Amino acid sequence: MSQSNRIAGGLIDRSQTLRFHFDGLPYTGHPGDTLASALLANGVRLMGRSFKYHRPRGPISAGSEEPNALVELRSGARQEPNTRATVAELFDGLTAQSQNRWPSLKFDALAINDRFNSFLTAGFYYKTFMWPAAFWEKVYEPIIRRAAGLGSLTRLEDPDTYDKGFLHCDILIIGAGPAGLSAALTAGRSGARVILADEDFRMGGRLNAETFALGDQSGAAWADAAVAELASLPNVRLMARTTVVGAFDHGIYGAVERVSDHLIEPAVGKPRQTFWRIYTQRAILTGGATERPIAFENNDRPGIMLAGSLRAYANRWGVAVGDRTAIFTNNDDGLRTALDLQAKGVDVVAVIDSREGGDLLPGIRHLRGAEVIDSAGRLGLSSITVRQANGATEVIKANALGVSGGWNPNVNITSHHRSRPVWRDDIAAFVPGSGEIANLSVAGAAAGTLSTHGALVTGDASARAALQSLGLTVKAVNLPKAEDAPVRITPMWYVKGANRAWIDPQNDVTVKDIKLAHQENFTSVEHLKRYTTLGMATDQGKTGNVLGLAVMAGLTGKTIPDTGTTIYRPPYTPVALGTLGGRGRGQEFKPFRLTPSHKWAQEQGAVFVEVGYWLRTQWVPKSGETEWRQSVDREVLATRKSVGICDVTTLGKIDIQGTDAGAFLDKVYANTFSSLGVGKCRYGLMLREDGMVFDDGTTARMGQNEYVMTTTTANAVTVFRHLEFCRQVLWPDMDVQLISTTEAWAQFSVAGPNARQLLQKVVDQDISDAAFPYMGAGNITVGGLRARLFRISFSGELAYEIAVPTRYGDAMIRKLMEAGAEYDAVVYGTEALGVMRIEKGHVAGNELNGTSTALNMGLGKMVSRKKDSIGMLLSQREGMTRDDGLRLVGVKPVNPASELKAGSHFLKTGAVAKAENDDGWITSLVYSPHMGHYIALGYLKDGANRIGEKMRAVNLLAGTDTEIEIVSPHFIDPEGERLRA
Amino acid sequence: MIIHHPILGPRDAQEFVYLGDASLIGRPDGMTASIEEFHNYTYLRDNPAGAHRELWYHEQGDRSWLVVTRNTVTHEILQVELARDVARAEGRSK
Repeated sequence: MSQSNRIAGGLIDRSQTLRFHFDGLPYTGHPGDTLASALLANGVRLMGRSFKYHRPRGPISAGSEEPNALVELRSGARQEPNTRATVAELFDGLTAQSQNRWPSLKFDALAINDRFNSFLTAGFYYKTFMWPAAFWEKVYEPIIRRAAGLGSLTRLEDPDTYDKGFLHCDILIIGAGPAGLSAALTAGRSGARVILADEDFRMGGRLNAETFALGDQSGAAWADAAVAELASLPNVRLMARTTVVGAFDHGIYGAVERVSDHLIEPAVGKPRQTFWRIYTQRAILTGGATERPIAFENNDRPGIMLAGSLRAYANRWGVAVGDRTAIFTNNDDGLRTALDLQAKGVDVVAVIDSREGGDLLPGIRHLRGAEVIDSAGRLGLSSITVRQANGATEVIKANALGVSGGWNPNVNITSHHRSRPVWRDDIAAFVPGSGEIANLSVAGAAAGTLSTHGALVTGDASARAALQSLGLTVKAVNLPKAEDAPVRITPMWYVKGANRAWIDPQNDVTVKDIKLAHQENFTSVEHLKRYTTLGMATDQGKTGNVLGLAVMAGLTGKTIPDTGTTIYRPPYTPVALGTLGGRGRGQEFKPFRLTPSHKWAQEQGAVFVEVGYWLRTQWVPKSGETEWRQSVDREVLATRKSVGICDVTTLGKIDIQGTDAGAFLDKVYANTFSSLGVGKCRYGLMLREDGMVFDDGTTARMGQNEYVMTTTTANAVTVFRHLEFCRQVLWPDMDVQLISTTEAWAQFSVAGPNARQLLQKVVDQDISDAAFPYMGAGNITVGGLRARLFRISFSGELAYEIAVPTRYGDAMIRKLMEAGAEYDAVVYGTEALGVMRIEKGHVAGNELNGTSTALNMGLGKMVSRKKDSIGMLLSQREGMTRDDGLRLVGVKPVNPASELKAGSHFLKTGAVAKAENDDGWITSLVYSPHMGHYIALGYLKDGANRIGEKMRAVNLLAGTDTEIEIVSPHFIDPEGERLRA
Repeated sequence: MIIHHPILGPRDAQEFVYLGDASLIGRPDGMTASIEEFHNYTYLRDNPAGAHRELWYHEQGDRSWLVVTRNTVTHEILQVELARDVARAEGRSK
């Protein structure tokens, strides 16, 4: 198809032809086109279907406010749904598909919904799908989702990257129309660091869409010259294709730059889009204004659009939407469209002007006091019905209709801190309310100054004020002469009697829906919005909101300011989640921390598990082992029989030094550390101020004023934060210094009866039981290298933890394994670690669950009441010290062959499985290769007095009910003889 | 948000961890306070619409705990102090 609707002029490069496809058909356009302008140039008006009624739709605008012309842009993994054709820049090879239609755009089976419109009115979902509740998931939701969707997702991974960036400037100018360019010239020439951002790919705003002159140049030529000058200034950064989407606190603005959306695919190394965080001293909003329609019966046919957009297509893109064009207006700006189109040789068949009296346009059929009351045309406009001032109706043949109901300043960003726009009668529009956003000023049409002259002057003035407030010297700018037409409007929102007159075309909200909302007393603007879904579509009501509340004002008899307005939240236009996520996806979603033995473990074929940010060895399969339990059982048995090695670097390590170090630890631990001897370790229990257990670990005294604390892997960061709080805020004069050394030391547990023999081969000092007794700690050397040794055990075996500087960690694991070869030393992973700690009855994350006290864990005696410590007092509260409260117990199945299920609850024999009979639950569960059956830890009511009791472990989800016996939580070596061996 | 750190100058709020009401500085002595007094310290907070003194921790920075006075309605930051200085001024020591 040729570009049948292309006319002369416009800011497109006709020397180049771009080929593209829409719904599989080939078309051509030119650089400078949008997808919408190119389709219109090819005579294609039908571009989509509406959300609810599946009505045929074409674009109503030429910008980002577009509610109708949403397409799936591109194909394959790069396909993006709900892309506005009116802002999609045309490129060679572009493909796009219409959406929300089946089987085709011209014949959509669900257009049947339109016949049932009387049922599908506002509140339909609320009223219809109330009950039965069980129907929601299986019946209602699938039906609604299939019928009322927009674009579809490919479910393929997006192959492109998205970046985040940070920019700093003195003055951010949002929008590069006449006001923005004027402000940027003044600020830029004065030397301020300026960022000028505009969502369009061509700066100039409405100057590119109008025919009037600035000085002796066309508006577009003046804009080009201004942009060229700004581009030459090193202190100015021009950001086209960049939408400022939100104003945040303290001069921070969010902006999306569409770096590669105008290319068939991004250049190598370039992102598709970049999310910028712009830090600025001052901001000037020069975001222009958006035209709004007038609602009349069947006002949603393709070919009916905003008059200013019809004008823009003609002036900027050289496109006549139709060859018989009519205009329906309530203001002078609509007349400008008629004149511009006429000057371009387009046949303007009538101007329907709702205002009575006044001058008539020369050479055009100008009907004053008239209204458009209906339209016709199956897949696009073919005629309109006009009611003239004398009441006579007439059908006028037209395939394009420009509608102008006035212009709304783009106040959106000024509302982002909840400032409410205020109504101005003289322009019949909301303008920005008092400036709640510090250091933001508004100029030009966004401030309600709708003439070009006004835009230039207020843009310049805003820049001057910003410069002066920053203490910068202002250089004068000579502004060109420009049109300064007054706003002449007689508000007229919808044609009386209209029902199916669209206000929010994307969500299919009509005048009738607003009448219904009124009838059902949803009259406040916030209720109106939610009941009818007015303004909740992807365009967020940029064209429809004010119209909708004006209709409601008419129904309630209130004024528009008394009716009020909803306010806007970020983002100004939709932002893809990928853009917000930036590079943080897949492997880059979060960083990985690798243990010092990671490389070695990889060589052994270890299976890894994520523990916080860490990757830890979970188990290390040997050849022939096909199931994880085989590996874990072998690691446990080998450790208990001889010796096993585990990388425990991930545990938090905090060096604590100073003359008050001991006293400080007495404050932060429930038990006492000031009395600990030098060269000794002690298990420490840390509470929160509310008396619950926060963390645990062993802390060693390495010198008179020097301790080394270990924390759990999970709490390494929060414990350190807490200690800093105690040190700086609660006891600011204590002489105590902290540093996290988690990354500084590679630490390995060496556990099992042969642990000492193995280590003695590696370390330089005597570590016999006499020289290095149980719970000993000290600085030692390994072949002359400084190291730390702690005789502590989590497994219940004779065990040590040895630490060397991290860079020697890889060498250390190799050395330990080499030395351990004669003892058949194994490496054990986190699973075997867990099995052994449960066999020993040590608490870990499952028991340290944030709602458990020391008493619950059987550690109540550790809380010293001879000193003040965090959590000491509140742990003594009545409810937390009950004798019959939860206590940590061990659990084993009565029949050793029975399998226990994690999460099972304890019930007395014969008790009905319901909440009031619940006696507690299993917290940790493993198969113990040592015992030869399942074992578990759990919290049981009055558990300390119930050892030996036979009960049931019931898991209603798994459908199990198993007879169990309550036992001591210490399954192996309850006397601790192995530890002290 | 941007917090003007008394030592490091303007810093993005993302560098900080928020704790809450600066009344947490006034911890009673567990050896002499009643459980009720400690309960109030631990659980009770004012929730002002307006100036609010709160504790922020510069975790991605110099590890200073700060007392930030912030208007909860506008997010305007009225004052930033080192929490240690505030604690000392309130009579805290060892």
